[in-house]
Amino acid sequence: MTDPLMPLWEVFIRAKAGLSHRHVGSVHAADAEMALTAARDVYTRRGEGVSLWVVPSGAITASDPGDETELFEPATAKPYRHPTFYTVPKEVGDM
Amino acid sequence: MAGAPFDYVLGLADDALILGHRLSEWCGHAPLLEEELALANIGLDLIGQARALYDYAGAIEGKGRDQDALAYRRDAAQFGNLLLVEQPNGDFAMTVARQFLYSAFAAPFWRETTSAKDATLAGIATEATHQAAYHLRHTADWLIRLGDGTEESHCRAQAAIDALWPYTGEMFESGHASLRPEWDKTIATVLVEATLTRPKDGWMQTGGRSGRHSEHLGYILAELQFLQRAYPDAKW
Repeated sequence: MTDPLMPLWEVFIRAKAGLSHRHVGSVHAADAEMALTAARDVYTRRGEGVSLWVVPSGAITASDPGDETELFEPATAKPYRHPTFYTVPKEVGDM
Repeated sequence: MAGAPFDYVLGLADDALILGHRLSEWCGHAPLLEEELALANIGLDLIGQARALYDYAGAIEGKGRDQDALAYRRDAAQFGNLLLVEQPNGDFAMTVARQFLYSAFAAPFWRETTSAKDATLAGIATEATHQAAYHLRHTADWLIRLGDGTEESHCRAQAAIDALWPYTGEMFESGHASLRPEWDKTIATVLVEATLTRPKDGWMQTGGRSGRHSEHLGYILAELQFLQRAYPDAKW
């Protein structure tokens, strides 16, 4: 649904202090204030968070799924970029 | 010691239950998915308040009546809710206006009750204060959008405020006159921003607190109480 009066907004929630905001879904709203209120009502009914961001969906530039191979395939061939080849000293404990 | 404190707490519980039930009638009918959940959230806040208040009223009375007995086994004349909260949902503007007029009273009322001598009531007020403040914010926001919106939404919002105005005086009876100045101020601020006209204070409806209700309450109770009346103590 594309309604010029009630555009789409993406909703991000910070679950608790110290964590980053995570995308949880979207709402329709006339402006940012209404989007925040709607996000609160739709996505924080079960104590999901302590902070909300709303962003106009149109402000997000997404990568083209058709470009997936050329954008992301090269990285899968470079396992040495993962830090799994290091031995973690015992003193570090859980990471 | 059933009497004044019992009636007082029961009246507050009835306000919350009946208004919460009215909001529940919007389930599946709200104009937007977002508002569907918002109205249900407000309704559930109110029903939560009602449950705590019925528990407390039952304890004051001391006759073993629990939440269900008080909510489901009393007739309309024994309900002490404000006439405002039993008024029909009407259109969305009417529901918003009703909630706004009530929440503009409930927010300062619960805030003051947090410092009541009665510790149980003060405890219930602590949670209710945050809820009422949000209900007020949400409905004030909508009233401004509707009033300062299109010609159609403006007319509907004004008609809703005009129709409900005679039910607002009852909130300030029974010792609540001191909350009037803050309510007047909230109403004035929001109505100006909403480009709506404050109706003149004329004759005011009264009687809800003493069990004299509009015809609407009977229909609400018929739906609300049917199951417990037909199958007392039904469990599933």
